[in-house]
Amino acid sequence: MSVPAELRYTPEHEWVSVEGDSATVGITDYAAQQLGDVVYVSLPTLGAEVTAGEPCGEVESVKSVSDLYSPVDGEVIEVNGDVEDDPSLVNAEPYSTWMFRVRLPNGSVPADLLSPAEYEELTQSAG
Amino acid sequence: MTAFAGWRMPLRYASETTEHLAVRRAAGLFDLSHMGELMVTGPEAGAALDYALTGQLSAVAPGRARYTMLCAEDGGVLDDLVVYRTGEQQFMVVANAANTGTVFEQLRNRAAKYDTTVTDATGENALIAVQGPAAAGILAQLTPLDLATIKYYAGTFAQVAGRDVWVARTGYTGEDGFELFCRPEDATDVWDSLVEFGASAGLIPAGLAARDTLRLEAGMPLYGNELGPDMTPFEANLGRVVKFDKPGDFVGRDALAARAAAGPRQLLAGLTIGSRRIPRHGYHVLADGRPCGSVTSGAPSPTLGAPIAMAYLDVGAEGEFAVDIRGEAVPASVTDLPFYRRSK
Repeated sequence: MSVPAELRYTPEHEWVSVEGDSATVGITDYAAQQLGDVVYVSLPTLGAEVTAGEPCGEVESVKSVSDLYSPVDGEVIEVNGDVEDDPSLVNAEPYSTWMFRVRLPNGSVPADLLSPAEYEELTQSAG
Repeated sequence: MTAFAGWRMPLRYASETTEHLAVRRAAGLFDLSHMGELMVTGPEAGAALDYALTGQLSAVAPGRARYTMLCAEDGGVLDDLVVYRTGEQQFMVVANAANTGTVFEQLRNRAAKYDTTVTDATGENALIAVQGPAAAGILAQLTPLDLATIKYYAGTFAQVAGRDVWVARTGYTGEDGFELFCRPEDATDVWDSLVEFGASAGLIPAGLAARDTLRLEAGMPLYGNELGPDMTPFEANLGRVVKFDKPGDFVGRDALAARAAAGPRQLLAGLTIGSRRIPRHGYHVLADGRPCGSVTSGAPSPTLGAPIAMAYLDVGAEGEFAVDIRGEAVPASVTDLPFYRRSK
């Protein structure tokens, strides 16, 4: 499966879209397919400080519950209430179903985010 | 796909919720070839099973089936089984995949002093289940058999899609439906024919995830969750499978009689949850904030539109119930099982 070229990725299967000094975060199609039907999403609270690589929420599917990791440091400036109301959006349109937005300190993007090619390679080697 | 008891199994084909609802409203098709099939044959096959299992299998007529259990001497459940009497001197014991080795070994040992032979025929049998209100109508197009003559928990040998099949009206979904045992080399044709003739009626393939939520709604136990060696049938409200009045001894009789007399300390109950968070296997159940049991299975119920669970609760537990879902006490209501019963 191909991944959108304009996004960056994490090994925990989040996608990140950076515009100006804010980063928008969701989970990838690969993650949604591995989870199965998503039934509950818990997002960080507005104004919370999140830390790259640390859990900041939960994504729960029929069969499992997984932590949602923040790919970046910063303050949560927006959360997507639609996905909390209708978690099935994650399966239907994973790349347009964003979960939260973070204001990046100094507008800096972490250097260790994966490129689309690197992320694709990661999911393919995971089988 | 997922690894399950040494088999590669379809967890889901697309959406498990869609698959679940297809079984409730139309039909679903399951590949259950991982299930174990053990053949018990010979003049004393029935007597051997009466000794080995909790039920009275010798009293089952040819062409009928029974839900029963294999218990240890201490009364603990080693597996729950469906046993088909496929002939006067032949029984097919269907075991859970993870327990097939144990069941085979136990049956062979327990049958040793009887004039009977136990063989593991798992490799010679594929198992396809077609389940749901449309199942009979779909299957009828593929077999000369009059399905109206096959009652619930009955079976017969017949042709399906031109192949030799043991056709049984059994299942694990709470719906009407059939389980088709055939040779592995015939399974693809039987499967493809059911898909071809069933698609217009809404039949879709369904995976293990849907099977689990279907059986949970129907209040059916899953070995490893509701049943295990530290439980007797009585905790699971399944004491009816223990036939104390059958002639002769059987393995576990004394321990089971003692448990029946004393009464179980915990009983299986249903829980509904006032949240979208799912109570999962092993989570603690609280009564007025105090631990009173634990969840054995939990899932979002597509039929009810809310999470449901089964849990073992201390007998006499009362108060405001909740489930500790990763640190949050989420209010729960205790309900009777099953959560779902099909309209006849």
